[in-house]
Amino acid sequence: MSPLDRKLLRDLGRIKGQVIAIMLVIGVGVMLQVMMSGLVASLSETQRAYYERNRMADVFAPVTRAPQSQLARLSQIPDVARVEGRVTGGALFDLPGEPIPIRGKAVSLPDQGEAAFNAVYLVEGALPAPGARDEILLLAGFAEANGYGLGDRIDVTMNGTRRTLRIVGLAEAPDLLFVAAPGEMVPDPARFGVIWMRRNALSAIYDMDGAFNEALFSLSRLAVEAEVLDRIDAVLDPWGGTGAYGRDDLVSDRFVQEEIGGLATMSRAVPPLFLAIAAFLLYIVVSRIVQGEREEIGLLKAFGYTGAEVGAHYFKMVLIVAVGGAALGCALGILSGRAMIPVYTQFYNFPFLVFRPDPASFVIGVSASIAAASAGGVFVLRRVFALEPAEAMRPPAPADYSRTITFTGRFGRMLDQPTRMVLRSIARQPLRAAALAAGIMGGMALASAMTTIYGAFDRMMALSFSVIDRSDATVYFTRPLGEKAALELARIPGVIAVEPMRNVSAVLRNGLKTHRGAVSGMIANPEMTRAIDADHAPIPLPAEGIVLGQALADILEIGPGETLTVEVREGRQPVLEVPVARVASSLLGAPAYMRLDALNRAMREPGRISGAHLQVDGNRADEIYRTLKDMPSVAGVSVAETARESLQKLMDQGAGSARYIMGAVAFIITFGIVYNAARIAQAERGRDLASLRVMGFSKGEAGFVLLGELAVITLVAIPLGSALGYALSFAIAAGFSSELYQIPATFDPFSHGFAASFVLGAAVVSGLLVKRDIDRTELITVLKSRE
Amino acid sequence: MPVAFTTRDLTKTYGEGRSAVHALRGVDVEIPAGEIVVMLGASGSGKSTLLNILGGLDRPSSGTVHFRDLCLTDLNDARLTRFRRQHVGFVFQFYNLMPSLTARENVELVTEIAENPMAPEEALEVVGLKQRVDHFPSQLSGGEQQRVAIARAIAKQPEVLFCDEPTGALDSATGRAVLEVLHEVNARLGATVLMVTHAANIAGMAHRVIRLADGQIREVEVNATRIAPAEVVW
Ligand SMILES: Nc1ncnc2c1ncn2[C@@H]1O[C@H](COP(=O)(O)OP(=O)(O)OP(=O)(O)O)[C@@H](O)[C@H]1O
Ligand SMILES: [Mg+2]
Repeated sequence: MSPLDRKLLRDLGRIKGQVIAIMLVIGVGVMLQVMMSGLVASLSETQRAYYERNRMADVFAPVTRAPQSQLARLSQIPDVARVEGRVTGGALFDLPGEPIPIRGKAVSLPDQGEAAFNAVYLVEGALPAPGARDEILLLAGFAEANGYGLGDRIDVTMNGTRRTLRIVGLAEAPDLLFVAAPGEMVPDPARFGVIWMRRNALSAIYDMDGAFNEALFSLSRLAVEAEVLDRIDAVLDPWGGTGAYGRDDLVSDRFVQEEIGGLATMSRAVPPLFLAIAAFLLYIVVSRIVQGEREEIGLLKAFGYTGAEVGAHYFKMVLIVAVGGAALGCALGILSGRAMIPVYTQFYNFPFLVFRPDPASFVIGVSASIAAASAGGVFVLRRVFALEPAEAMRPPAPADYSRTITFTGRFGRMLDQPTRMVLRSIARQPLRAAALAAGIMGGMALASAMTTIYGAFDRMMALSFSVIDRSDATVYFTRPLGEKAALELARIPGVIAVEPMRNVSAVLRNGLKTHRGAVSGMIANPEMTRAIDADHAPIPLPAEGIVLGQALADILEIGPGETLTVEVREGRQPVLEVPVARVASSLLGAPAYMRLDALNRAMREPGRISGAHLQVDGNRADEIYRTLKDMPSVAGVSVAETARESLQKLMDQGAGSARYIMGAVAFIITFGIVYNAARIAQAERGRDLASLRVMGFSKGEAGFVLLGELAVITLVAIPLGSALGYALSFAIAAGFSSELYQIPATFDPFSHGFAASFVLGAAVVSGLLVKRDIDRTELITVLKSRE
Repeated sequence: MPVAFTTRDLTKTYGEGRSAVHALRGVDVEIPAGEIVVMLGASGSGKSTLLNILGGLDRPSSGTVHFRDLCLTDLNDARLTRFRRQHVGFVFQFYNLMPSLTARENVELVTEIAENPMAPEEALEVVGLKQRVDHFPSQLSGGEQQRVAIARAIAKQPEVLFCDEPTGALDSATGRAVLEVLHEVNARLGATVLMVTHAANIAGMAHRVIRLADGQIREVEVNATRIAPAEVVW
């Protein structure tokens, strides 16, 4: 090994704390990059392969009941490549030990052969025997969550009749990557079941012999989807078509796409932030080293080393840190990517999902770290090249303090010498002080923003379940009923209050922006489920007009005063033009609220309700749910407590769990920055400190001079970082928010206080580490060494 | 005798305006090859400045420097670096060892890039530090550090050796040992040795003595008889 390389290793060893801190910063940046882009690649590739292999349909067209003969007409629509009809229907699962009925659906399997579209993936077991009336496939995720296996029997109510069915296989399907009961915003694998039966058997149950109630299509490559949808609707309209929609509007696909999109956005935005911080730290550290080694540089040049050779020596240092950090990041990225996979297999029904890191992400990660580190290094190397050997060989002139602050007047005289030294050294190198402050500020911003986000998740839960929706349970009817149904619910012993409501599925349209969702009709002054404004005050629903949740208003790009087109997909399917009255702050889903009476008037179905919110006596809840379970008109019950738990689980184990990784990363980085700042102060002031000690200052006084600068910089950086963190928390909240839930960012004094204490704590710990080192070094060693 | 260095009207000014320092004010001097030349002068008279310019470490404000036929003042940085790499060795006024390298490694730093170097151990043996090759500078005394610096300078077997007060910090016995080494290098390798010193007695071992005052050559004296390094008294 050449002596220069040996010098390099020893120099790195001498500052190993800093080296490790910077490697960690680079490492976590690359880790997030490898993990997130790997997840994006794995999820999209798996989804693509799954869709292709199991022939995912391009278009879905639900209809009330269309004769089989209509399929021929549908297949003649230009650009329709293939069409197939199937039978689906609502199903209610009665699980022993489960007081409430669980909703789900039944899907037909062709009597012979394989389905043209959305072929099932058999996880276990076999397809139901052709002609079998009581054999079913059960959705694998649901079976697992509820403890069902092959050969088990399960009670299912379909079309008002209860049957006991035998599970012969567990399956998944590409249109069921993600399932949630309609009206329920929180997905929970245990709370929505899907069964598959042979077409014959299912047709008999739903009275669909020779007919279908859902058509699936594949389109030719160049098809214009909107045109095809219109033509399909034209054919199916007389048969009660409720509007064909493309794959993008399928809830399952939409949520998976949104998850992938969110990950992709974060993988593009977050790692560069960390790499920039790492570049900055490297710049500070290496420039300090070079500054301290001007004599060595001069010496090497005097011996005949070229500027390039000397530059390469220092550049290698940068490279080692960058490549080491990046390698660490790649390894951590693979590990954390693998660890995240179960999150996705739990919440999304992927038949197979292997974390396959994106090879490009290694290349990008490593080269970006090298580039970032080099960017920091280049400024330093410029100085290496510029340094003349003769100049370097001269003993360095004492730093010029003549043009800094002078301390005059009463205030000046109050300051003792050590304080003056601290203030002068900041004033003499304001840029360097500003750079350190900027670093600590960045750390403070990251830490406070991430802590705010933690709090925001909890606030979202609290707001959603105790301000916006204060009901204990929501009952959904099988079809819209008269208002008397609500009174019937109120008569159940233990029910304290009932608030009728009506959910109507609809396509909401503003120009080219559309959203397939629902309109919630609510009573005039609801007590349980309410639209609230930014200050959490309930918004009174106007007699006419619609109130949109923030997420929906964003999707549709619409605001108060504008007119929204509501294409109802039920009953007479009227198309309504409704003025947008207000935008409500919603946190769960993308709701649209209207007055129940206004909605019914528009539907021309007065006095109809599709369900009700309940307040119940907690002690009698089970009893109440059992009663509901036996009512034929009840399609499902969603219990607030269960929904809350599922949401918590989703946020802790699902996509929201990334916040823990990012939070940890924010704190690691913050500590790295503060620790580096302290070490830099030590290296720069070490000699002054020894001289002070020789002059008779105590260790404490000398330490004050050394760490005072760090303290001043830290105290300046904290409020600035807090302001930056406030802004950053909005950006991160937007990154975490999806149509499923929205994370509200606000100024959260606790989070900022917590982050500030952390930064201060990090400064104190770093200061103590530095001070311990100093106390241990012999005075003479410091004075003898040139640095 | 061929000439190693020739300078013409060399000046060096630091700073400008009222605060300008004229370190050299028109120096014309010839250094013959193969001699030991000692430079004497008061502190601040410009000795280090002249040495640095001759060694290609610094550039004059005006005037020319030739090393044999090579005009140093015309060379670009890369060529000047090559000149230092191929022809000259330095021992500086301050020790200037790399603190993170051992004695041997400090010498290797130079032998690595030299064309015809001695073994680092051999060079350290010449300065009597054979036993201390693996010590770091912080484990060596000032005199020992200075001897490592000399070992480093002679290890590349340079044609010219520049020494800026090599004995400044040494006691007489160690100082004499260092002078012995310089004498050896001159006698055995035929290297030109250019030495700055405050100790007028050392001048006795030189072929030629140059006296500087106020940035100018006051006097050049050729010694008719030279004394051996061992006879130098402090
Ligand atoms: N970088 C510089 N800026 C300004 N003046 C300088 C600089 N370097 C040297 N000088 C001045 O140039 C003059 C000559 O300096 P030089 O170092 O050559 O003296 P010297 O003869 O080697 O002195 P000493 O015996 O003390 O080493 C001195 O007056 C010195 O102050
Ligand atoms: Mg000098």
